[in-house]
Amino acid sequence: MKRQLALAATITAAALVLTGCSAGGTDDAGGEDATINIGSLYEPQNLSNTGGGGQGVTEALSGNVYEGLYKLTDDGDVEPLLAESEEVSDDGLTYTFTLRDGVTFHSGDPLTSADVKSSVEAVTAEDSQSARKSSFDVIESIETPDESTVVFTLSQRSISFTYNLSYVSIVNDEATDLKTSEDGTGPYTLDEWKRGSTLSLTRWDDYWGDPAKNAEVVFHYYTDATSQNNALISGQIDIITSMQSPDALSQFDDNDDYVVNDGASTTKELLAFNDRVAPFDDRLVRKAVYSAIDREKLLNSIWGGYGQLIGSMVPPTDPWYEDLTDVNPYDPDLAKDLLAQAGYADGFSFTLDTPSYDPHPAVAEFLKSELAKVGITVEINTITADEWYTKVFQDRDFEATLQEHVNDRDVVWYGNPDFYWGYDNADVQKWVADAEQAKTTDEQTELLKKVNEKIAEDAASVWLYLYPQIVVAASDVTGYPINGLNSQFYAYDIVKE
Amino acid sequence: MPSYLIRRFAFLVLSLVVALVVIFVLLRLLPGDPANALLSVNATPEQIAAARAQVGSDRPLAEQFATWAGQMLRFDLGESYISGLPVLPEVTARLQVTLPLTLLAFALGLAIALLAGVGAAVGSDRWYGTLLSGFAQLGIAIPVFWVGIILVWIFALSLGVLPAGGFPRDDWENPGEALTSLALPIITIAIVMSASLTRYVRAATLDVVGSGYLRTARAGGASMAQALWRHGLRNGSVPVIAILGIELSTTLLGAVVIESVFTLPGLGNMLLDAIAQHDYPNIQGILVVSTLFVLLVGFAADIAQRLVDPRLRQTVSGNR
Repeated sequence: MKRQLALAATITAAALVLTGCSAGGTDDAGGEDATINIGSLYEPQNLSNTGGGGQGVTEALSGNVYEGLYKLTDDGDVEPLLAESEEVSDDGLTYTFTLRDGVTFHSGDPLTSADVKSSVEAVTAEDSQSARKSSFDVIESIETPDESTVVFTLSQRSISFTYNLSYVSIVNDEATDLKTSEDGTGPYTLDEWKRGSTLSLTRWDDYWGDPAKNAEVVFHYYTDATSQNNALISGQIDIITSMQSPDALSQFDDNDDYVVNDGASTTKELLAFNDRVAPFDDRLVRKAVYSAIDREKLLNSIWGGYGQLIGSMVPPTDPWYEDLTDVNPYDPDLAKDLLAQAGYADGFSFTLDTPSYDPHPAVAEFLKSELAKVGITVEINTITADEWYTKVFQDRDFEATLQEHVNDRDVVWYGNPDFYWGYDNADVQKWVADAEQAKTTDEQTELLKKVNEKIAEDAASVWLYLYPQIVVAASDVTGYPINGLNSQFYAYDIVKE
Repeated sequence: MPSYLIRRFAFLVLSLVVALVVIFVLLRLLPGDPANALLSVNATPEQIAAARAQVGSDRPLAEQFATWAGQMLRFDLGESYISGLPVLPEVTARLQVTLPLTLLAFALGLAIALLAGVGAAVGSDRWYGTLLSGFAQLGIAIPVFWVGIILVWIFALSLGVLPAGGFPRDDWENPGEALTSLALPIITIAIVMSASLTRYVRAATLDVVGSGYLRTARAGGASMAQALWRHGLRNGSVPVIAILGIELSTTLLGAVVIESVFTLPGLGNMLLDAIAQHDYPNIQGILVVSTLFVLLVGFAADIAQRLVDPRLRQTVSGNR
């Protein structure tokens, strides 16, 4: 028996010695030589920004490997990046950009106006899968009078033009096979993309600007939030870009080894009505539904103490934000009054098309119980993302639906009566159109504020809450972006002690 | 034997053809259009039509199948709808994780099952026999991912001696590191797999132990261990080999599940992603490759059984 025990102990000890040295996995080097390990749930599909690469491309490559003429900062401001200067004609139809001098691509080619032209054309091309494609419909022509000058001629004024340009990655026009390789101008080059696992970036020594503060960045991709959390706890990663499991936060919240950052998000959870069909064509009914829902309780039950209430489509990082949360207050008695005024004193019932993935099913159950209190019966119809796209978005065959809308500055969709939710208000359409043609940002802001107020008064949709953007990091790393607007994650300022 | 081989091979090919049809048709029964995956929420009708043309979902089903089956015959798994990248190289890369995981887990599971099964049989009227049988029962009842989660909690989060998941960036360049990443997944699958196998080994061993030829061998002066080694093993292994074929296939399926628990870049994780995204070429590619694996294992198990047991060769092929 003793011999057996000794044998067992030896085997266990040997296993521990063999495995102990390589457990964990983060490199010990700190400072300039550090490798920053980042955990993310958004692996790119491929590496192309215009060829269906998805959100993961923006997160890993935007600002890190690729740069635009402009950059959207983590605070939501638009700043010049590869554009040295801009000149706008008096009628607002001609934009002349001068490119920064001395910029080269990772392949060694110098940045020229032809690269800018071809990069923008890749976004607007027929086979482009860029979500930003339609925002460049206003471009009439792009000219390149010399190597460092690009001239855009627009068919109408577009005050968002430079903002929209911040989404365009400038790629070498000689580059081929952008789905698996890159040729950008950013502070990192792509080292290796191991599909299903990691994407690593290495500091580029010939970068035109300030060099990255770390030597290497590795994005580790997870398909489930629990594995990602485990990796942070066991030291395999340093940062989680976007925490999606609020239940797991408590293990990091009260622990000095980690920092939980509550950043600004642009993702809105919406109860979208089909404003074309009864009874939701009646604004009183929409307002009644809005007032019957205790959003604070909902947000708390889904996200704990995180996230924020909003009263319109506009998140605080958009320039035209105002606090409109009280326009449709939580007030079940008011809801009943409104329903009676609309002729539905005894309530009504409707079908809520609910995407099958989190958090929609839980939100749907909550709405069902809240609305039952004012006499409205909700029938939950669970559908896949794919069905949602066909049934709701394309065929408009729905009464109401839940959906998340992730983009910033997307209140303008209420100016499109053909959009899936069918909100149709001539004033709003005019304000949205005028705002895009505004001469100054003040004017634009003024008009879009009027849009916010009007859609809130009309309860065009129910804006349930703004998601939190939670970055969790080991406490020995600093300098990471906490807002991650438009899914970007600039890694060049991250420092590990 | 040769005519048996030919017939068995024909059956293999036929099974593969049937599997191709089933895989194709079942996927098309899913609701929604795969083209949707290519589109964003502000797509125009023209973009939607272009996406459908791109993935071919606007063409008749028969035509889609003919195109696809033609590709399969040329060992061309096509290109992913979502990423636009070819499927075959990715499947091959993922097999570098899934195949070693499956085979090592199978080998470990088999070793555990042989020890535990023989132990449970020999000690069937002793306390340890009962205990081993009890553990086997328990192992059959618990789901593989749950065992994985428990092991992660113990060895990665509490003790910190093994990584919680992931696979080295340089693959097998440093085999020690790669094996370390696979240690917990291998143990997880082996535990669950060995549980069901232990019962078969135990039953087969009990059969052998109670047999006349073993008694004869022992009467001839052999010890129990010698008798088992010389005569029991070969006789006992025939039913076990058939089960092994099935178990190896099941192990592959277990690997598919466990890869997601341990974030391993194998076929299983690729399959889950592909299903979530309606990426037909990827789903089909993985299913075809894993179906082929299962059929080949079955084929090999049949042949192995006949090699071990001459009686099967005679009765089935009929040429005495």
